[in-house]
Amino acid sequence: MEELVKLEDVWVSYNGLPVLEGINFSVGENEFIGLIGPNGGGKTTLLRVILGLIKPDRGRVLIMDRPPGQSRGAVGYVSQKAPFDRSFPISVGEVVLMGRYSRAGLFQRYSAADKQVAEKTLKMVGMWEYQNRQIGQLSGGQQQRVFIARSLVTSPRLLLLDEPMESIDPAMQTEFYELLRALSRQMSIVLVSHNISALSIYVENIACLNHRLYYHGSKEVGPEVLEATYKCPVQFIAHGAVPHRVLKEHKEPGD
Amino acid sequence: MLEALQYEFMRHALLAGLLASVACGIIGTYVVTKRIVFVSGGIAHASFGGVGLGYLTGISPVIGAAIFTLPAALVMGLVTRKSRLPEDTAIGVLWAIGMALGIIFIGLTPGYAPDLFSYLFGNILTVPASDLVLMLALDIVILLVATLLYKEFLAVSFDEEFSRVIGVPVETLYLVLLALIAMTVVVLIRVVGIVLVIALLTIPAALARRFTHSLWRMIVLSVIFSFIFTFGGLWLSFELNVASGATIILLGGIALLVSLAISRLSRRPLAKTGMT
Repeated sequence: MEELVKLEDVWVSYNGLPVLEGINFSVGENEFIGLIGPNGGGKTTLLRVILGLIKPDRGRVLIMDRPPGQSRGAVGYVSQKAPFDRSFPISVGEVVLMGRYSRAGLFQRYSAADKQVAEKTLKMVGMWEYQNRQIGQLSGGQQQRVFIARSLVTSPRLLLLDEPMESIDPAMQTEFYELLRALSRQMSIVLVSHNISALSIYVENIACLNHRLYYHGSKEVGPEVLEATYKCPVQFIAHGAVPHRVLKEHKEPGD
Repeated sequence: MLEALQYEFMRHALLAGLLASVACGIIGTYVVTKRIVFVSGGIAHASFGGVGLGYLTGISPVIGAAIFTLPAALVMGLVTRKSRLPEDTAIGVLWAIGMALGIIFIGLTPGYAPDLFSYLFGNILTVPASDLVLMLALDIVILLVATLLYKEFLAVSFDEEFSRVIGVPVETLYLVLLALIAMTVVVLIRVVGIVLVIALLTIPAALARRFTHSLWRMIVLSVIFSFIFTFGGLWLSFELNVASGATIILLGGIALLVSLAISRLSRRPLAKTGMT
């Protein structure tokens, strides 16, 4: 299996404070990984390293065998909270077209082909009927669908989602996870989330990050790992399709 | 007002108002949506250094401002983005340095600096033909760049982080935008003056934003509103014999406040759902 993302011994610090310490992390083709960990544990930083927005102090980062930031279009990204001004004069259709920038290029207008892809993608996430709406008029969940559509218009091989569920009504979250599950058949997904129980239903693999990567493997994460990651006891609730889980024995990476 | 048009200075004033409206309608829209009003204020005030340079060297103060403000805007952009100073601190410092340079330059100029007041507070009635040509040239540059880079400016104004991820040259575009702001400041100096430039960059765009959810419509509306304010302000100042620049700004300010009050009273935004 080809590795889309390969991080080797990656270190990042802000103002002398280490955020990521010796991270080894990889994402394979069509893998669906849940990334969990406490606030300030470096989850967003890890995504930003993969995107090439942050250069690590040390270590090697390869995204599809190239340095990060050079595989534009092949990596889709939905940021944590939409950092935008809700009254910004832009329509849903225009937001999604923005994702085609790397195909259109500097000075060029978006082509008919760009618009067709935007239409197809908006239909796929069920937001086409809102294409002329101003983005700020949509609910949080609808906005997330639009931002996902924006990150999909270049048919990425890797989709990075930073806590996309935060702004979504709990009732809508199941539907949203189903959308991600459908997408995960065509691309690799790294999903940062707090909701461990929901993750355990939908994702294949889990990575626990708190400055160090405490665990990276199949989703049967034991409470010891979660405690080590969060540095405090975590109640692990398994529910969903499987009535009870057999938890694999916890192993420290590098043991 | 019609009989006033037989005077050349009145025709010049109207033309200056039109040229100013095009520049501030386009650039004001980005200043307001990208929330860089304070940076723009800094560039506008720093341009006073250029006016002073114009007096000192004997070239026209407006030409001096054109030569000085462009690099000043780029320095502003680089210092606010790259230095360790917080952005607002950097703007405050450069704002004051530009003005201080202007004061020193004017102090070094032998004799009295004529019309200094009109550069600070504007006097649309005294725009010479040479300045109109410069304003037209700057307008053409602004229009051309804004048209060519519409999709890029829309992307970086809306979501800078995502733009960076998809490979939009965010930092370069920011500097280009600041350069366009510098050009707009030069276009507006004659009309409303350095101190009041920021009002024409914000009021028409802020008002336009209340009527549409589309960026290019906002630009068109801002140009129209700017022209209504400059034309109306010019006419009012002519009738009431008061300062033209300040009248233009007050007219715009009142229009914006009235619009806010009306929507407050009716408890709903003016722009309707789905209107794009």
